[in-house]
This record gives sequence, C-alpha cells and structure tokens, in this order.
Amino acid sequence: MSTLHTVNKSPFERDSLSACIRLASKGHAILLIEDGVFGAMAGTDHSDMVSGAMKDATIYVLGPDLAARGMSEDRVIDGIQVVDYSGFVELTAKHETCQSWL
Amino acid sequence: MPFEANGKTFETDEEGYMVDLGSWEPDCATVMAELEDQPLTDAHWEVLNFLREYYDEYQIAPAVRVLTKAIGKKLGKDKGNSKYLYELFPYGPGKQACKYAGLPKPTGCV
Amino acid sequence: MAIKKFMFVNRKAPYGTVYALESLEVVLIGAAFEQDVSLAFVGDGVYQICKGQSTDGIGMKNFSPTYKALGDYEVTKLYVEKESLEARGLTLDDLMPLVWEDEDDDYAEKPSIRLVSSEELATVFDEQDVVLSF
Repeated sequence: MSTLHTVNKSPFERDSLSACIRLASKGHAILLIEDGVFGAMAGTDHSDMVSGAMKDATIYVLGPDLAARGMSEDRVIDGIQVVDYSGFVELTAKHETCQSWL
Repeated sequence: MPFEANGKTFETDEEGYMVDLGSWEPDCATVMAELEDQPLTDAHWEVLNFLREYYDEYQIAPAVRVLTKAIGKKLGKDKGNSKYLYELFPYGPGKQACKYAGLPKPTGCV
Repeated sequence: MAIKKFMFVNRKAPYGTVYALESLEVVLIGAAFEQDVSLAFVGDGVYQICKGQSTDGIGMKNFSPTYKALGDYEVTKLYVEKESLEARGLTLDDLMPLVWEDEDDDYAEKPSIRLVSSEELATVFDEQDVVLSF
C-alpha cells in the first residue's frame, strides 16, 4: 500500500517536511505544495535532507505554486518531479491513501 | 448599486467601487461620473488614464499624496497639486477618480 | 504629530498565508500618515520580494509589483537579512530591483534594498520607536 504525503508548510517555518520525511515509509510519494515548495529548492539549508529522502521516497512539487513564488523550476533539486494540477490529481488517484502534513 | 454602460451591467460595492476591476471600460467612467453629475473633460481623463496605468504597474490605487506627486512628475508641476486635482474631483481625487477609473478605493483612504 | 520610526518585520512567505499582504497594506497606510517607515525581510519574509512571481496558475492576486510602489510612499529603507537569504540559497540577484526616486537629485533612482547581517539588523531594530512583526 502506498501513501501520497502532501506538505504545504515552508521547511524553514515548521518541521512538517522533516517529520514527513522521517515518518514516511519506503516507496511512498511526497508532494510539496503551497509554501511547501520551498523545500524543493536546491542550495538551501534543507536541500541535503530532501535529497537524502529521495532514496526512499519519490518527491514531487506543484509547478503553479513554484511559479507564484518566483521559484524557478531550473533550481529545483535534481530528481524532484514538477507536476501541474492534473498531475496532482493523478497522484491522488494512484495512491491508496493521502496524508496531509499541515 | 449596479450601473449600466454599453448595454452591460456592472456590479459595485456599497461605496460604488466596481467589484470586477478587469471588466472596466471607458464608458464605465462616463456613466459613473454622470450619476454624480460630474462631466468628464480631457483634464479628468488625463488623471483617470494615469490611474489606470499606475494600477497596471503597481496593483494598487495610489494614496492622494502619492498621486499628486506622480501627476506632477508626469504631467507637470501645474497639475501636481491638490488644488488642481480637487477642482477636477471635488469629492477627493483619490476616492472619486479611482472610482471612475475602476480602481479599488485607495489604501489608507478612510 | 511627531514623526515616529516604524519598522515592519516581514517573516512569512507570500500566498501561503495572508501575513505578507496584510503587512504590505498596513505599511502603505502607515506611510500615508507620513511616518518614518522602514521594512525588514527576515526568514521566509525574503521570499516576498523574490523576482519573477507569477500567480496565474493559483488564482491569487500577484501583489509583488506593489513593493515597487513603496518608493513613491517614501518607504526607501528595505533591510534584507543576509543570513536569511543564504539559508535559502538566494542572493540579491534573486530579489526584485527595488528603487526609489530622489526628488532632490533630479529623480535619480537609488536602491532601496539594504543587505545587512543579523548583527547590523539588530542595531537598526534598536533605533525604532515601534516594531511590528508579521
């Protein structure tokens, strides 16, 4: 059984992302949305933690939320996949359960 | 009170400012001004067009002080003073002109 | 009315919460009352003035252009904490080039953003009459 985790808080402001990474099981998917998209950016204090998490989980980031914040897709950590809203829907459909880390 | 212009109906808030800023067209200004017995001359339009441009660029309706200064820079010192602007828009250049231009009420206007 | 020194401290990213927009509105109102207003961008607050924001995809108003109007409101001191930028992998080049026009200098455009260390920013806080945090 596979779960889709969504994180909508900035990793600099809350520990939602680190808690999610710590507690998500192998093979799960993590989708970064809203202020959570800052966790997808390369070169930040949290980038290493996020890169490390990709051994066990697939990480996605919502493109429209990146664009709104002026965050360039070119600077997203290698291996994180950028999805649009229909990609979000597909991910939700593909996973049996969804867990929101508020 | 909604008003009619060009055969269309435009919604306004309780103070008469347009609800859908994107739907503004020049006839809206003419109609809103007529409803307040305020004929619009070229001098009025100069200010309204300035406000439209300001909103496009900065996404806000400027405060009167800012408007006055900016008009002075753009259209000349003789127009960049509150006397000139209040003569054009006796209800207040911020409130009245912004309303006709389809902008929200200026931030900081009470 | 005596002019007071107001400092608005912006600590939240835009769009995810309403703090950034609320702060900006209060700043504009404060400036309309001709106070000595300065802004600090700290922590996630630095994201508020990042370049290239485009909100078409999320159906929210992009209010980043409004920061460019701050100069017109005589808000010309925007302190950005260096440490906060660095922690986010950002540099000054990632921020909007915010300027103000100096009327006494033939409307010359001067930069509003002042990159400061935490230590320097602490000194600026000490000079304020009122500090408001958003």
